[in-house]
Order: sequence, then structure tokens, then C-alpha cells
Amino acid sequence: MTVRKLREWCIERVIFMSGITSIVIVVLIFLFLLKEGLAVLGHVGIFQFLFGGNWYPISDPPQFGAFPLIIGSVLVTLGAAAISVPIGVASALYIAEIAPKRTKEILKAGIELLAAIPSVVIGFIGMVTLGPAIKSVFGLSTGLTALTGSITLAFMAMPTIVSIAEDAITAVPRQYREAAAAMGATTWQTTWRIVAYAARPGMLAAVMLGIGRVIGETMAVMMVTGNAAQIPHSILQPVRTLTATIAAEMGETVQGGDHYAALFAIGIVLFVITFAINGVAELYLHRTTKR
Amino acid sequence: MSTHRLRTIASVAVVLLVFWSGCSRKSDSAKTTVQIKGSDTMVNLSQAWAEEFMKKNPGTSIAVTGGGSGNGITSLISSTCDIAEVSREMKESEIALARQRGVEPKKVVVALDGLAVVVHPSNPLSQLTISQLADIYTGKVTNWKQVGGHDAKIVLLSREVNSGTHVYFKEHVLRHGKADAKDEFSPQALLLPSSQAIVDEASQNPDAIGYFGMGYITQHLKVIKVAIDETSPFYAPSIALIQNNTYPISRPLIMYTKGEAVGLTKAFVEYVLSPEGQQVVRRLDFVPIL
Repeated sequence: MTVRKLREWCIERVIFMSGITSIVIVVLIFLFLLKEGLAVLGHVGIFQFLFGGNWYPISDPPQFGAFPLIIGSVLVTLGAAAISVPIGVASALYIAEIAPKRTKEILKAGIELLAAIPSVVIGFIGMVTLGPAIKSVFGLSTGLTALTGSITLAFMAMPTIVSIAEDAITAVPRQYREAAAAMGATTWQTTWRIVAYAARPGMLAAVMLGIGRVIGETMAVMMVTGNAAQIPHSILQPVRTLTATIAAEMGETVQGGDHYAALFAIGIVLFVITFAINGVAELYLHRTTKR
Repeated sequence: MSTHRLRTIASVAVVLLVFWSGCSRKSDSAKTTVQIKGSDTMVNLSQAWAEEFMKKNPGTSIAVTGGGSGNGITSLISSTCDIAEVSREMKESEIALARQRGVEPKKVVVALDGLAVVVHPSNPLSQLTISQLADIYTGKVTNWKQVGGHDAKIVLLSREVNSGTHVYFKEHVLRHGKADAKDEFSPQALLLPSSQAIVDEASQNPDAIGYFGMGYITQHLKVIKVAIDETSPFYAPSIALIQNNTYPISRPLIMYTKGEAVGLTKAFVEYVLSPEGQQVVRRLDFVPIL
């Protein structure tokens, strides 16, 4: 009896440890980011870092104004969300509710395949095909713009959004649809007003995860946005994102130097942004499920 | 059962092998591999050297990785490579840091490189002075018209900040070689991750201007002639003009070793400096040292 109890206790502990591993790791990562990144505050003030307009990290003295980078990331992400959310949600609705079984299988496989394409390949295709196209369509001086980045990233966010939203829609109880049909609703009315409405929390989670993927994406965005550290006035200008800055400059830095700390500080900014996105999603999820 | 046991034996063998090869790398003089890291400008060149060298010396292995000059220096300082390749000299601060970590960098000039300034073939412009180039890249001049070209906004193409080419161009063109100058690249400049990316963009964009090592010139680009000022002659980069230091924007390509090179590293550096090694330099459109 006691042996059995002991065994139970051990198993419980092990499962508990596994359960909190990810939280512990997140906390450790955040502490590490703070430790390495906050050193930059000895060099520039927090206000100057967040709202300074000049990013010249290797000059003497260096200037660490991350504002153009923050705006760059936000602009590319908003653009990508504006493209991928409507298409992604509509495509999930079609796959879950309307498509015949055969089409459904083919579409799902296709979308999973899209998720399997490495980001560097998508970036390369974006660079050689999308860039020149955008340049000629809008009559710009260069096709490496925030919009190019947004479109490229929209394709990368789509698989996440579609597959999670589709799961949420499929999980809506069958009785809802039957009740709607009994009330005389058309297929579209049922799909839009009942099923989509009931699946809202899941669809929001899908959108948030998609946006999370976009804001953290590095390689593709580095190849297509031009990486000019300027404050953009429109989505048709080149931008430099937070992630591309870290990736492009990390090799140059000496461990413990100012530039190294500044890149970690950018990491903190990224972390805070994704944390905020997840936080908002979480709040919204709870509000809807309680009702 | 027997396949299971076989698999176990195999995996143990693999682990032992990995462990053994990890140990055998320890001694410096008997080493059969050399790690080279650094300048992207030099990656293709070093790869060619490495291939020739390995063909002549079977059983040796020369591993070349790029990542930029800064990357190479960082690796040399942290002892994760044997040779750092750089397209600029090490800074005082970097040398000091290396000494602090017990590494005494030893410099060897292995080749020369001219920076080519290129535009789209349809661009009517054919020559620029260093000051004009500086004005273009700092953003003082934003339209081709202002330097005698067509009426269009100039699209600036540059390498990323981890590139030795970027640093060299900033110090010798934007700042005219003055140590106390504060000129910076215009924030509008597109920072592209590789020289090839600049070639691609410049060859399809009629309004673009770019720069890179002359090894990357293709016939889809027009090379701009460069002069120190209006009164001096304009030159396009060529081997002879770079060797006699006439072409205004050229630079040495350098290998740094940890102290005096020994063993295989020494043999490799000697090969690079030999007439045979310098033949490779010529083949890859760089400029051999005299």
C-alpha cells in the first residue's frame, strides 16, 4: 500500500515537474534577456532607446535608437495580419463547413504543405518575384518594401491561422447547426451567425498565434524588406524589423559590449510585444467563455 | 532480437567514434583540420584555396565559413577558429580584447580587392568622384539629376553592418578616411544581406547604385569610374590599377592567425602566399599581391 502511494507520489511529482518546465524556461529566458539587455541603459536612456530615431550601432559613439525598428516590425505585422486574417478565416470556414470531403482533404494537405516550406525559400521567392512585381505595380524606386514583407509573411501565417481556426470550427457542437437548421436558417446564416460566432475564442487564438509567428519571423523578412533603418511614412517604403536587426548584427558583436546589450534589449522589446499579444488574447478568451 | 542488439552495438560504436575524433583534435601541431571564418567577400576565394590545398594534401580538411569580418574576429578572439579572414584591419579595441583573452593576432595580407561602384546598365552616368559618392550615400544627394544623371530618386544599396565592405566604404568613402568624421549611411539605404543580393537588385533596378568587391561584377551591371576629386583622373577598377594603388577605393584582404601560425595552419598560409595560391586569386577576379 505504502509502496503504491510512494509510486503515485513520485509519478505526480515527475508530471508536475514536466508541467512547469516550460514556465521555468520562459522565466529563465526572460531573466537572461533582462540581465544582458538592461546593460544598454548604461549607454542610452530608456526613452532614447525606445523613441530615438537613429540606429547606428557600429559608429563611434554608437547610436541605439530602436524606434524605426519597432515601427518597422509593427507595420509589417499589421500588414501581414490584414492580409492573412480575412483569407485565413474564410478559408477555414470553407474547409470546415462547406467543402465536400474530397476537396477538404486536398485543401488541408495543401495548407500543411505550405507550412512545411522553409522560410528562407519563401523569402527567396518573395525577393525575386514579388519584389519586382510590387516595384512595377506601384511605380516605386525599389520593390523591397514593408508591403513585400507583409505579403510574404501573410503566406507564412496562413497555415497556422487556417488549421487552428478550422479545428475550432469543427469543435462547435453538431446540435448548434441542427438547431439553426430547425429554425429555418440557410447554410450561410448557420455558418456565419452560429458556427463562426460560437468558434470565436478559438479563431481569435488562431489569429493571435498567426500574428505571433509573423512578428517573430526573421529570415524571410530580412530578405524582402530592404532593412533600411528609417521611420517609414507608408507601407510602400523599405523597413528594418526588430528580428532582422538581431539576426543581421549578432555576428558582429563582441560578448558583453554595448552593441551586444542593445541587441538583447531589442529581444526584450520583442518579448514584451508577443507577451502583450498573448495577454490580450487570453483576456478576450476568458471574457467570452464566461458569458 | 539480433537486429536490436546490432543496432545497440552500432550506436555505441558511433558514440565512441565521435568521442574519439573529438579527443584527437586536441593537439595543435598534429591537427588535420583548419577552421577559417570571416569576411563574406573572401568566402569564395578561401573555398577555392581550401579545395586546391586539400587536393594537394589528402587527409587534411580546411573548413571555410562566412558571416562577415566582424564574425571572424569575434571567433578568433573566442578561439572558435584558427584563421580569421577580414576585409578591413582589426580595430585597436578588438586587438586589446584579443590580448586580454590571451590571443595575439598575427596579420598576413593575402590578396587585394577593389571596391566596384555599380549601377544599372541603362543609367547614363559613367563617372563619380569620391565626394559625390559620399553625398549620395549620406543622403545629401537624393536624385540622379544632381550628379548629372536622369531625373529619378537614387536607391542606395549597401551591405549589412557586419560586413567589412560596409565598414570600409563608410570609413574611406563616406568619411574620406578621416578618423574623427561623423558621417553615416543615409537611413534610407537598403542594407542587403550579401554581395549577391546587391548584384541581383542593382541589375534589375534602373535607379539603384551599389558597391561590392570587384569579384562580383557581372555583365548585367555598369561599373562607374571613380576619382579622388574633380581634378584627378577617373578610373574603373582593374588589377594593374589596384596593385599600383591608383584606383581610389581598394583594400587589402587579410588573414589573422592566433600568434605565429603553426602546423597545418602555417602550411595553408604559405600555400596561399605562394605563386600557385595567388593564381587562384587571379582566377576569382581578385587582385594578387605583388
